[in-house]
Amino acid sequence: MFPSKQTADALVQAANDAEVKGRSLWRDAAIRFRRNRAAVVALCVLGLIAAFALFGQLFAQWSNEEIDWSIMGAIAQKGAPSIANGHYFGADELGRDLYARVVQGTGISIMVGMVGSFVAVMVGTLYGAVAGYSGGRTDNIMMRIVDILMSIPFMFVLILLLVIFGRSITMLFVGIGLISWLDMARIARGQTLSIKNKEFVEAAVATGVSPMRIILRHIVPNLLGIVVVYATLLIPGLIMTESFISFLGLGIQEPQTSLGALISAGAKQMRFGVIWQLLFPLGFFLVTLYAFFFVGDGLRDALDPKDR
Amino acid sequence: MTDPILKVEDLQVTFDVRPRGAWPWTPSLKLHAVGGISFDLNPGECLGVVGESGSGKSTLARAIIGTVPTSGGKIIWQGTDLAGMDERNRRTHRRDVQMIFQDPLAALNPRMTVGQIIAEPLVTHKPDTPKDDVRRMVAEMMERVGLLPNLINRYPHEFSGGQCQRIGIARALILRPKLVICDEPVSALDVSVQAQVVNLLKDLQKDMGLSMIFIAHDLSVVKHISDRIVVMYLGRAMETATSQTLTTRPEHPYSQALIASVPIPDPVLEKARMRPVIQGELPSPLKPPSGCVFRPRCPKVQASCALERPQMLDLGKGHQVACPYHEAHDVLHATA
Repeated sequence: MFPSKQTADALVQAANDAEVKGRSLWRDAAIRFRRNRAAVVALCVLGLIAAFALFGQLFAQWSNEEIDWSIMGAIAQKGAPSIANGHYFGADELGRDLYARVVQGTGISIMVGMVGSFVAVMVGTLYGAVAGYSGGRTDNIMMRIVDILMSIPFMFVLILLLVIFGRSITMLFVGIGLISWLDMARIARGQTLSIKNKEFVEAAVATGVSPMRIILRHIVPNLLGIVVVYATLLIPGLIMTESFISFLGLGIQEPQTSLGALISAGAKQMRFGVIWQLLFPLGFFLVTLYAFFFVGDGLRDALDPKDR
Repeated sequence: MTDPILKVEDLQVTFDVRPRGAWPWTPSLKLHAVGGISFDLNPGECLGVVGESGSGKSTLARAIIGTVPTSGGKIIWQGTDLAGMDERNRRTHRRDVQMIFQDPLAALNPRMTVGQIIAEPLVTHKPDTPKDDVRRMVAEMMERVGLLPNLINRYPHEFSGGQCQRIGIARALILRPKLVICDEPVSALDVSVQAQVVNLLKDLQKDMGLSMIFIAHDLSVVKHISDRIVVMYLGRAMETATSQTLTTRPEHPYSQALIASVPIPDPVLEKARMRPVIQGELPSPLKPPSGCVFRPRCPKVQASCALERPQMLDLGKGHQVACPYHEAHDVLHATA
């Protein structure tokens, strides 16, 4: 059964007319990422945690500020996790609902990580790409500024900032935003140096494309693979930093809370038989971090062309 | 005789090289990539540039296109010196002079589709062209260089080397430039694909009336496409002649050796002929030899060669040679 010449020609014509959809490197990476089971599971877990932080409050029977006077003073006996009294995760030392507090803390912790990472991606990538692409003296000055900022003990500055300007989320964001882009700038610059010597950049220069356009259209898209991986791995680092500061008692201020602050509070109450006050925030903290690490690893495997 | 479209006069390009482990105050070394080269290029003409690796061919191309600063001499594009060009003229120069690169895949941004890559010069120089027109022109250009226009949304890694080079050619030609500089456009391709690409370039050059500078280290390819050939050695021109003259009766000892090294596809002839083989390596362009740069490897070297740089001698009919001891030598038919 051969098709007649006419049909065959028509088929060829149709095949030639249809525009072929190309498969971009991003799509290739997405396919590789989807094959990595651990990373996909981690991504789902992250999704669940994000949903928990966003919508968890809808299922809570208590708000995060309400104090349950009925169990006040007898937390160890009456404040244990139970469905019956509405404290799914138990109550904290003041009789507040731990479930609502964990929802709030998870949200704030993830937000700190995201904001820091976002600043790093925006500022760090552009700063590094501009420094690397300009080269020469501009590059030298820009990178020495980064070196100077990096040599300042960051934890010390952050604590000073929080002490001087008062403890607030805004101040915490400012502090974390100030330092998170430094590493990113270095990474982006290093990559830019190798990309800018590629012939396609030279072709763009020879055609007369403006430097800013070259950076945005030719350099940054080729940097993005590494930037995305680094940003994903930066989020857990920032969450940990924030937790550490909160653990010291300097971070988030009451009635706001974060996972670090909750862990800190739970650890102080450990002796009084209210171990759930430590375990629930700690569990969420660990699961979130692990999920971010796995997603970051998966992204690196998917985006790194050398592993193909 | 029409005015030449491009005039290169005593062009020099030097790079500063920092010696390894140098102090900030030690002067950097000067690398003479191009050391005084002159030629004219007429409209519609194809000038071949040959020479071994490191002879400054690519630097010459980059100086003409304006991505490498010159340190002496002049590049006169349609009557204006490139160095003194104002912003507007520079823009037209960038539009009218395009380049085709050696490594076909590296010259294409892996994150852009073929359509975006080919349209880039168009979007840069005529930003208010409507999107549909851009797309139509890109499709036309793709067809012209022998690519199926329906591949417009593909990415460079989905193409073969020859196809990538066609994309590069389409990008260079979409603005209908006056001069195209081909920097070893075929040396990264298979021999069969080389022939296709060279013939495509030749056809396009004829159709669009392009001037072309064709750089290669493979003489047989250059001979096929060029009207005139410049032989370069260590940043200097050794000989300039029409491709017919140069390949049959070269005068300079270096050109003779270069042409003798082209294999003849006939074992009997190949065995019977005499080849002047030159010894040694290309000297370092950081410390070029005094006088004639080819002196250390030249079979006809004389004491006077070290004293001063040989002048370009005009032998008539556009044949110039930079050797006072030149003699015509029919390398292809010389027998041992």
